[in-house]
Amino acid sequence: MYRYDEIDQRLVDERVRQFRDQTRRFLDGKLAEEEFRALRLRNGLYIQRYAPMLRIAIPYGLLTSHQLRKLAEISRRYDRGYGHFSTRQNLQLNWPRLHDVPDILAELATVQLHAIQTSGNCIRNVTTDHFAGVAPDEIVDSFVWCELIRQWSTFNPEFSYLPRKFKIAVNGAEKDRAAVGVHDIGLHAVRRSGSDPDFPGLGSDPDLPNEVGFRVLIGGGLGRTPMIGHVMREFLPWRHLLTYLEAILRVYNRHGRRDNIHKARIKILVKERGPERFREEIEAEWAELRDGPGTLTEAKVIEAQSRFTRPAYQEMGTDPVYFSAPAFLAWTKRNVHPHKVPGYAAVTLSLKKTGVPPGDVTSEQMDAIAGLAERYAFGELRVTHEQNLVLADVRAADLPGLWREARALGLATPNIGLLTNIISCPGGDFCALANAKSIPVAQAIQERFDDLDYLHDIGELDLNISGCINACGHHHVGHIGILGVDKNGEEWYQVEIGGNQGGTAASPASLGKVIGPSFARSDIPDVIGRLIECYLAHRDSEAERFVEVVHRIGVEPFKEHVYGNAHQGPPHRQREFIAA
Amino acid sequence: MATLIKGRRIVKESSLLHESQVVRLEPSDDPAAVADRIARAARVEVNFPKFGDGRGYSIARLLRERHGYRGELRAVGQVARDNLHFLERCGFDAFLLRDGEDPHEALRGFEDFSAAYQ
Repeated sequence: MYRYDEIDQRLVDERVRQFRDQTRRFLDGKLAEEEFRALRLRNGLYIQRYAPMLRIAIPYGLLTSHQLRKLAEISRRYDRGYGHFSTRQNLQLNWPRLHDVPDILAELATVQLHAIQTSGNCIRNVTTDHFAGVAPDEIVDSFVWCELIRQWSTFNPEFSYLPRKFKIAVNGAEKDRAAVGVHDIGLHAVRRSGSDPDFPGLGSDPDLPNEVGFRVLIGGGLGRTPMIGHVMREFLPWRHLLTYLEAILRVYNRHGRRDNIHKARIKILVKERGPERFREEIEAEWAELRDGPGTLTEAKVIEAQSRFTRPAYQEMGTDPVYFSAPAFLAWTKRNVHPHKVPGYAAVTLSLKKTGVPPGDVTSEQMDAIAGLAERYAFGELRVTHEQNLVLADVRAADLPGLWREARALGLATPNIGLLTNIISCPGGDFCALANAKSIPVAQAIQERFDDLDYLHDIGELDLNISGCINACGHHHVGHIGILGVDKNGEEWYQVEIGGNQGGTAASPASLGKVIGPSFARSDIPDVIGRLIECYLAHRDSEAERFVEVVHRIGVEPFKEHVYGNAHQGPPHRQREFIAA
Repeated sequence: MATLIKGRRIVKESSLLHESQVVRLEPSDDPAAVADRIARAARVEVNFPKFGDGRGYSIARLLRERHGYRGELRAVGQVARDNLHFLERCGFDAFLLRDGEDPHEALRGFEDFSAAYQ
């Protein structure tokens, strides 16, 4: 659990006061629209298609049951009784009123929640692995490093008006569950010696602190110009983390393009300079900052580490749970994950039930989930970037009880890692930027693939949907990615395959390739069906996942299976070609 | 007439400096390229052509921390109440408010936050 201190509380309170004043000046006509825009965005407030949207930060995805109850109350009182968990571990409210927002922020501050830097051209709230601190493959506890970065980046005066938004992700385990390859900066912990359980932040003997460091990737990102980050350093010793970040941000702040919003992300600067020259610039700037006052010390790391309490685990055996209902076993197979403490497990509550927009929860569910967290998981939960919730510390013996309760709440769909665990942006139903709707597409696919046995047979498959090229639904890194496009005022959908959000050295991050002309919405379930048929026909065993088959045999066989003879065009429906 | 703030107080321009004593930097300027002139300057002005252009913040830190500049560091251009706190924290000590800003209300901007992480 995360502990806030007095300074955190004071800053959050002062931020509310500041924003209340800015909102008042805007409503009084004393603050220009464009300037208020820049100020409200860094408080998470968008003006959307039908109403404002407020993006509430869930730092590192870590949430207490107490905070979730407050979110339930706020969504009931100021919104329409639900919220949407986003791919950046945030919670979005879709229907707040502008003049209520200062009050909402004040309510949030009573439980140390806020919307600071969840949008705008600044360093966004840092994201990480939802199994941080409990994963058996942990290298370091990434929460500690996220906390250090949060303190460094929150209200950092130098980097408050960057050329564009800036996203940092930290992964502390062997397997990348934070998608570090598709962030402006991705940090993947590297350790060179054994870990010390008393010092999880460093992960190694404090006498040998330089054994822990980070592989630093820069310039990844999705959006209209998707790129995988370049490795700028294979090993950055932990002491230098913040000075190195400062060097990167300073070079970007000074030299990133400000003349064209579509070329303003750091990935474009890296591309225009070339990774080698960019690395030289970073290193030259860093040479001036290295070993300066921003250098981390053991004391600072220990302080950050002290912000996080671990539950009082009981010593338990690892006896198997004797409960063999098939539905329970299917759930344990997909939604229950290993834990580094014997006798405990991490559990994903699926927010991907068919018929419910991916990532949406009602106020009632929030209250009920808070109750589950209190009864089964020490009052703590996490938000995942796949838009689900995790109870990270569940006793194995409690799994059947948790499953029954979660199932009654519609939160036990056993589909984590499967095709129906769809990542989707809110799309044209809500978002002012969208070219097309995404939620109905997700629902149509979920309805089509509602046979659990078939789903489990298909195996692991990430299917991601974005309603426009801003790619909030991460379609570029879905094994199957769907992108809504506008063609003469009509909604069409382009399909990509072969993307991968990353994970292991054997299966690194990759971007999908478009299979061909786009489709009408009603065709999409059939198209997915054809892609799956092709996969099942080509896989060498059940162990070979969809994305691996795409990488092995290429896009062409899939394309032929979907379009028939590509040169003659589709048989029954006009299709438009949308250039990739 | 735009208001000048120095040391968190509204002041009048006290003495006219010779132009050789004033260096004016635009967001794209590199302080290192004019280090000689900065060393002799009595005032360095950094221009903020747009509200959302944050390059001047980095320039201020470089002037103070890398080039050891100790003289007056003045933010000019689109300098608004909502920027003052961060500008000051980056090393500015003089602020030429843009037209239309209420100077007394603007002074409160310095007190937006009473603590900082950095």
